[in-house]
Amino acid sequence: MTMFSSRNWREYPHRYRTEASKFKKSGKTYIPKRLVDPETGDTEQETVRLPETGKVLTHTIIRIAPSQWGDKAPYALAIIELTDGTRLMAQMTDVEMDDVKVGMEVRLEFRRVQSEGSHGVISYGYKAVPKWY
Amino acid sequence: MRTVCVVGVGMGKWGEIWRMSLRDLHTQAALSAIEAAGVDHLDSLYVGCMSGGLFVGQEHLASLLTDYMGMRGLAATRVESACASGGMAVRSAFIEVASGMSDIVMASGVEKMTDVDGDDATYALATAADQEYEVFHGATFPGLYAMMAVAHMEKYGTTRDMLSAVAVKNHNNGSMNPVAQYPFKISMEQVAKSVMVADPLHILDCSPITDGAAAVILASEEVAKKLGKPYIKITGTAIGTDTIQLAQRDDLTTIKAATIASGKALEMAGKKIDDIQFAEVHDCFTIAEIMVAESIGKYKPGKAGEAFLAGESALDGSFPINSSGGLKSKGHPVGATGVAQVVEVYKQLTGQAESGRQIPGSPKVAMTQNMGGSGGSSVVHVMEVA
Repeated sequence: MTMFSSRNWREYPHRYRTEASKFKKSGKTYIPKRLVDPETGDTEQETVRLPETGKVLTHTIIRIAPSQWGDKAPYALAIIELTDGTRLMAQMTDVEMDDVKVGMEVRLEFRRVQSEGSHGVISYGYKAVPKWY
Repeated sequence: MRTVCVVGVGMGKWGEIWRMSLRDLHTQAALSAIEAAGVDHLDSLYVGCMSGGLFVGQEHLASLLTDYMGMRGLAATRVESACASGGMAVRSAFIEVASGMSDIVMASGVEKMTDVDGDDATYALATAADQEYEVFHGATFPGLYAMMAVAHMEKYGTTRDMLSAVAVKNHNNGSMNPVAQYPFKISMEQVAKSVMVADPLHILDCSPITDGAAAVILASEEVAKKLGKPYIKITGTAIGTDTIQLAQRDDLTTIKAATIASGKALEMAGKKIDDIQFAEVHDCFTIAEIMVAESIGKYKPGKAGEAFLAGESALDGSFPINSSGGLKSKGHPVGATGVAQVVEVYKQLTGQAESGRQIPGSPKVAMTQNMGGSGGSSVVHVMEVA
């Protein structure tokens, strides 16, 4: 499946700099940025950068991957809660897949995530590594 | 609002049906529903399909399918809500009959999934998840449900045996369903030893890739009485939605969209969950059947797995679930699944389920629960004998 670079480029603020929306009323933060707070309907917000550390809420090992991942499987995937309560999904890397556990402390790092389309344009973003790594 | 009845149902054999195209699969189910109901015309059609575009490169399905049914000119619309597309089509047809705008409306569902290989099918299904923040990072559907399973196991101590019991029970039921894709029994050991897809889910925890279609005809009670065939009533219908991005949910161990939909549908029908005598639920993965049974309020959080191990969800249990074989054994042609759930309830409530699969005790009230993606949408119907 061909993806277009503009589609990835639009997401650079989120993927490269973990920019997120912090809403005034609820104090909640969401990545990617959005116009309306889903809980309060509030539109007053500021752009913040997410904290780098958090913990694993749940995880899996993907052994059969969609076509664009080709031979990259198996890989570990996790839902992470950052120290400010924001949640996101990211691949785990620089760790033995079987060692990933609920509650494990992790840090987000800037990594190569995948390559898009038949030309293999590289898409970067965040992946999670063990905090001590 | 008028009373809406199911007056006829139709379904062909599900599976890897290489000799049949999407349009042929749909035509077969649609015509058999029309024949069963004995109607001489339709006022309109709602067809549920998740991704004709990615699976066979075909959109604009509603017009195409009416043409192949021999009904050019018929009002027809496609409805999409990922794997809940079929249930949404039933609800759309319900609203049109209930409003008095039409008397006889078909709701159908179809998916032709085996024209692409497994990797491309995985990709097509993954479009029901958040493309930029789940799929971009490598998420798949088994992967999303696996993460829900890990969270459920961590919080409630849900076990491998509880998951396996769902697959074993559904295959037992499906072994008696002539249209099921995999009509054979499996053992707990086979599930636990089958290949791992996304830890802790094995391939036998997963519903298959399926070609198939299903159709039901909804009509006003006046029409239903004139037709003189067995019919049932739809007394409750509701949709619930939630964020499609799993990470954004407060609780990973429950499916809020199903809770919203079942609560509203029960209220509409004037029923409580304990009035429901059996259910067809969306067991796209074994953990989903456990989570849905809890989310619709039948079991307290963390308690469904134990009840399933004790046999409560079996055909002769206190609350039979997926007498059809469910998505697991019957198959899961995503757009058709929600319609096929209504087909099964119609058969059960009119005493027409195939030998061995009929739920004992002549039940009178049932529920269907159809789900989109990892729980971003859910549609629930409550049905009763006429």
